[in-house]
Amino acid sequence: MPNHLPVTKTTLDNGLTVILKEMHHAPVASFMIWYRVGSRNEVPGITGISHWVEHMMFKGTPAFPGDQLDRMISREGGHWNAFTWLDFTAYYETMPSNRIDLALRLEADRMRNTQMPPDEVESERTVILSERGMYENDPRFNLNEELTSAAFRVHPYHHEVIGDEADLRSMTREDLLGHYGRYYVPNNAIAVIVGDFATAEMLARINTLFGEIAAGEAAPPITRQEPSQKGERRVTLHGPADASYLTHAYKAPAASHPDYFALTLLNAAFAGGSSLGMFGGGGTNKSSRLYKALVDTDLAAAAFGGLGPTVDPYLYAINAVARNGRSLAEMEAALDAEMARLQSDPITQAELDKALKRAKAEFVLAGESITGQAQLLGMAEAVIGDYRWFETVLDKLNAVTLDDLERVRQTYLQKANRTVGWYEPSNNGMTA
Amino acid sequence: MPDLTYPGPENIHRHVLPNGITILVYENFAAESVVIDGTLHAGALAESEGKAGLASFTASLLMRGTQQRSFGQIYEALESVGAGLDFSSGRHVTEFVAHCLVEDLDLVLELLSDSLRHPTFPAVQVELMRGEILTGLQIRANDTRRMAGLAFRELLYPHHPYGRSTQGYVETIPAITAEDMMQYHGRYFGPRDMIVGIVGAVKANEAIAKIEAALGDWQNPQQQTMTAVADVRRPTETRRIHVPMPDKSQSDILLGLPGPLRAAPDYLDAKMMNTILGVFGMMGRIGLNVREKQGLAYYAYSQLQGGLGPSPWFASAGVSPENVEQAIRSILDEVARIQDEPVSEEELADSQAYITGSMPVGLETNSGLVNVITDMEFYGLGLDYLQHYPDIIRAITPQRVQAAAQKYLSIEQIAIAVAGPESVISNQ
Repeated sequence: MPNHLPVTKTTLDNGLTVILKEMHHAPVASFMIWYRVGSRNEVPGITGISHWVEHMMFKGTPAFPGDQLDRMISREGGHWNAFTWLDFTAYYETMPSNRIDLALRLEADRMRNTQMPPDEVESERTVILSERGMYENDPRFNLNEELTSAAFRVHPYHHEVIGDEADLRSMTREDLLGHYGRYYVPNNAIAVIVGDFATAEMLARINTLFGEIAAGEAAPPITRQEPSQKGERRVTLHGPADASYLTHAYKAPAASHPDYFALTLLNAAFAGGSSLGMFGGGGTNKSSRLYKALVDTDLAAAAFGGLGPTVDPYLYAINAVARNGRSLAEMEAALDAEMARLQSDPITQAELDKALKRAKAEFVLAGESITGQAQLLGMAEAVIGDYRWFETVLDKLNAVTLDDLERVRQTYLQKANRTVGWYEPSNNGMTA
Repeated sequence: MPDLTYPGPENIHRHVLPNGITILVYENFAAESVVIDGTLHAGALAESEGKAGLASFTASLLMRGTQQRSFGQIYEALESVGAGLDFSSGRHVTEFVAHCLVEDLDLVLELLSDSLRHPTFPAVQVELMRGEILTGLQIRANDTRRMAGLAFRELLYPHHPYGRSTQGYVETIPAITAEDMMQYHGRYFGPRDMIVGIVGAVKANEAIAKIEAALGDWQNPQQQTMTAVADVRRPTETRRIHVPMPDKSQSDILLGLPGPLRAAPDYLDAKMMNTILGVFGMMGRIGLNVREKQGLAYYAYSQLQGGLGPSPWFASAGVSPENVEQAIRSILDEVARIQDEPVSEEELADSQAYITGSMPVGLETNSGLVNVITDMEFYGLGLDYLQHYPDIIRAITPQRVQAAAQKYLSIEQIAIAVAGPESVISNQ
């Protein structure tokens, strides 16, 4: 079964981490490059720069001109994209396996040779402002942005990955080139390849293409850690909407912390959704305590909880949308009561077992696709520094006890440790 | 030459049950999981204007109580094993998708069968769902993309079921009763013409036996043939509407025309035309012009849906309010260009290579496989269609692409909908 196929990990002389996993069920391969840089590595004035650099990586190099790049990948039947998150920026190409060499050559080249012509920087500025405009059209983005900035006063998780509009208007090409030059070096990167190839041959090819790239200076450490929270924080937004939104966001441990898995399972037992502690997945949550308390009672139209793996402590968030005619105050009271019930009526072994069985199913489904495997291995390596974090996730989840669940509840799910966000419509009109 | 590396009659196991259900099985033992995908001919075309949203509302109630199980029991069973089962309704069909570990296949088939055949539409659940749907419609009312989509449909298909939202409206959802749902379910839900596709770590004969055990004794003598779709007339001039959403940061544009049926002989010519115009690479010629060259938008693309009825061809972009007119002009310039000039051999070859070359990637997962296999059955393409598909795509010429552009597109007889702040003058 794909999750148990062997993985090879090695480090090239220039510091590039390489992870290879053969999967031969389809003539497909997926190649990824992960850079350990994201919004976490940004300071005021250049917020959003990691994401902007990601956009500029599609503008080409002398060997792979921007107007040809897309064509080259697409006509080989490949699809490619990239994503920027708090802790990383990742690029991938999934292609028929006999064409994957193009992806290797392209990524090796654009690690150092991206040009960022001035007119392309300017045209991308408006594209990114338009992307931000698209997010701002969604009340949930606006609520999340305000809430996160209230939760993190010091740590750079304070700002959104897309960046603040003021910085997107003022950043320069020199800023972008500086960020690129500093972080896009082999010793700050991870190459992951999964699919239909032979490991020894593929590793030799990666060494040929990437081995000659000079190592750079180590990335500067993040020194601005968030002090512990001393009391509940609240933010209230008013804006265009016809529905009201509530978020309770508790400070949560980093993915490398032993408590991370217990909190993941506590969430899975309480709120349903993902049991794995990766990104997304998990399916419906209609049999969860949270759903029964908020949605079955006619208070909320939807309610879900989740946390994701991060390098530094981030947030465990519970989100709910109020039903038409219901107030945020009643919904919040019901949520608090249900949280309190976790103490008086703790999670049972049956509930924990259910969460564990879901983790198993999710793990199998997550491992089914070649692109999915590459993403999970790369994410584990980029965030925790060890791809085996993903491979052994079920063992770590299975080791969690009911006492662990109670301990993490007491440690993390306290009011003093949370930020509450309310989004209320400024208009009362129904326009549908 | 047919490409026999793709699934075809040799390894897709097809079996028709006496009650009319067609089963398609493709074995894939790469992971210990199974996906199921199926359709039955029940959809929004059966709704009246005053009960728009009925088919979708009904689909959302199927798992909210049956003769044997309550809503809570159904989801407790499903979620306890990390399985998923979901029903959704379009205009022509109700579709279901399920996934689970292979060890839980029997349970999922039992829940599928129970939900399809014995829903009871309990009053409490109907009201809960009604509230959820109404809240969803309010969220939609604040979404520029969805409001542009709604206005576009109303503009393009006036007085036609294709012009209505399958999700319904705040005016129609309150009017729908459990009785309406029971009647609709009784008329259109039945085994005749139903398709069930299953892909995963299960042997074909076992899968067929399990589906037969779950659904083989289903009969519905009252099952009616789904309402046929009325003809649509293309616009004879530019129809334009602006949906004012003053507090938004960005405007959404949708413009287009009724597109070809999936069964049209030139459907793949039109699909190729659309690939060149608004898909290939970073969203084709439209993406290149609007996003890459002018930096006007984060997304700009076009789409051709095909299907049993005249679903639209449309182009879509999200732009700053002050750039709306320029973006529309640029999209229409590209429409005119693909109508006026044949695409180059090279550009066509790129898109042909993209469509044929990306097939292995699309067929890598169980869900990718099951979609393609059930589609071949649904549209009557033949189980060897996938194997011939690369040849069919490679036979398309620049002349055929241009002919499809001239036949299906227009720059003057077109519907244009914009939702967002009012910095543009509506000439409606």
